[in-house]
Amino acid sequence: MKKLLILGAGTAGTMMANKMRNNLDRDEWQITIVDQFKTHYYQPGFLFIPFGMYTKSDVVKPKSDFFPTGVKVIYSKIDKIQPEESSVLLDDGVVLKYDYLIVATGCKTAPEEVEGLKDKLWYKDIFDFYTIEGALKLAEHFKTWKGGDLVLNVSELPYKCPVAPLEFVFFADAFFTERGLRDKVNITYVTPMSGAFTKPRAAKALGDLLEEKNIKLISDFTIMQVDNDEKKIVDYGGQEVKFDCLVSIPPNLGDALIERSGMGDDMNFVPTDKHTLRSEKYENIFVIGDAANLPTSKAGSVAHFAAEILEENMMCAIEGRPFTASFDGHANCYIETGYGKGTLIDFNYDTEPLPGSFPFPGVGPFGLLKVSRMNHYGKVLFRWIYWHILLKGKEMPIDSEMQMAGKKL
Amino acid sequence: MATKTYAGVNIEVNDEGYMTDSSQWTKEVANEIAKEEGIELTDKHFEVIEYIRNKVAAGESLTIRGINKSGVVNAKIFYQLFPGAPLKKATKISGVPKPVSCI
Ligand SMILES: Cc1cc2nc3c(=O)[nH]c(=O)nc-3n(C[C@H](O)[C@H](O)[C@H](O)COP(=O)(O)OP(=O)(O)OC[C@H]3O[C@@H](n4cnc5c(N)ncnc54)[C@H](O)[C@@H]3O)c2cc1C
Repeated sequence: MKKLLILGAGTAGTMMANKMRNNLDRDEWQITIVDQFKTHYYQPGFLFIPFGMYTKSDVVKPKSDFFPTGVKVIYSKIDKIQPEESSVLLDDGVVLKYDYLIVATGCKTAPEEVEGLKDKLWYKDIFDFYTIEGALKLAEHFKTWKGGDLVLNVSELPYKCPVAPLEFVFFADAFFTERGLRDKVNITYVTPMSGAFTKPRAAKALGDLLEEKNIKLISDFTIMQVDNDEKKIVDYGGQEVKFDCLVSIPPNLGDALIERSGMGDDMNFVPTDKHTLRSEKYENIFVIGDAANLPTSKAGSVAHFAAEILEENMMCAIEGRPFTASFDGHANCYIETGYGKGTLIDFNYDTEPLPGSFPFPGVGPFGLLKVSRMNHYGKVLFRWIYWHILLKGKEMPIDSEMQMAGKKL
Repeated sequence: MATKTYAGVNIEVNDEGYMTDSSQWTKEVANEIAKEEGIELTDKHFEVIEYIRNKVAAGESLTIRGINKSGVVNAKIFYQLFPGAPLKKATKISGVPKPVSCI
């Protein structure tokens, strides 16, 4: 039997297990997937928890619900990949050999990377919402918070779901307005970027939204440390921002297993060919999702589009044909703006987010870089699609390649 | 695309003033770009510039994290050398493209 091994059963790994089981002959190929946890978290749902819109039960399901039959599942921590031997070492000493390997171990927050972040105020006045624990603690905190300086700080690029921190401050504006506390809450968005977003048109549109909602933007701020005594964040240039409640997006790093395997860059992301999705170094290793160093967003939607490309290219590799699919970095992100409305951006490696309509030119129903009720429904729908279509690796009615039709230059 | 005269040489630059042909770079050119940015270059600056030019020539990406780990300077000194937006200023003076942050 030939062996396909998938590391990580999150969004990307689960999709690939489903897709590849459909493609590969059961008598010839054994597929194994490994993950340390039995619970699948719907991470996009973490954003809604601090504001009491979702509870824990809305964002968790057993991973086993999403694996196809005929895939061997191992729940274990992975120690390291030994690429020269085409094998993987698990924590308990078990060695798994493979013919092909898919790395889908994602990325996670590393608060210990910023001095003073995970210190005496951690989960008292300082929170994250990129983990289930942080999101739940912050929900508790907001229940009784009386107001003050609410500061959202992005530590470092890249981080997953680049729009989530913006959505957080938009939600915070609506949340405290509805509670009659908005005049007591100063919201500040502090980012290492030069504006609200990287690309010019989206930066302008999202920057205007911040202003409209009376949210202060501080850009070009690269955090050096959190001062727990004076409750302020300090950047390398000496700039300081005081907070009563700090919501941090800590550095997002690839899993330490990548470092132990000697396969990562300085943030533990695996150098990956941005079009073929093959490891730059090893012919029988492919990388998908947040674990890869691709120059596009780290997002579930990106992993979904990439999965269609990877499925095709893996089959090419296995059957000894040249690669026929090429990934364009397509990302499609619904952005909640509060009050039951949202906006939407659609872009790839080469094309910045542009205004227009999506997915049908001139019709929509979704508006690009426009705030509308429909776009909010898009995000709400995304959770259903995620559990029922996306993870199972089924086809979605959206092209994996970004389309120019419907966009205004 | 435009040209600017630095140290008596015509240098090609883009809209934001970044050199488009890295091979035109010399220390004299660097000194004059730095002056426009309000920076007087020292030996330490040139150590950082050399590191940046080598990284870019090798096709590797530039980050504050990478510079902090480079052994040439730590992030704090890097900010002191190129105050404000250090990566943007340092790359401009080094004659390499402005780093793109893709998210
Ligand atoms: C707050 C928030 C909001 C978001 N909102 C959106 C959104 O609106 N739209 C969108 O498209 N995306 C969104 N995302 C991003 C999206 O969730 C991720 O991009 C996506 O889950 C990435 O999939 P992945 O498979 O690469 O990684 P993951 O889903 O994180 O899976 C990685 C898996 O690998 C396992 N693993 C890692 N290391 C090891 C090890 N050493 N041993 C064993 N197992 C290991 C982990 O346990 C995990 O199950 C959001 C993320 C967050 C945090």
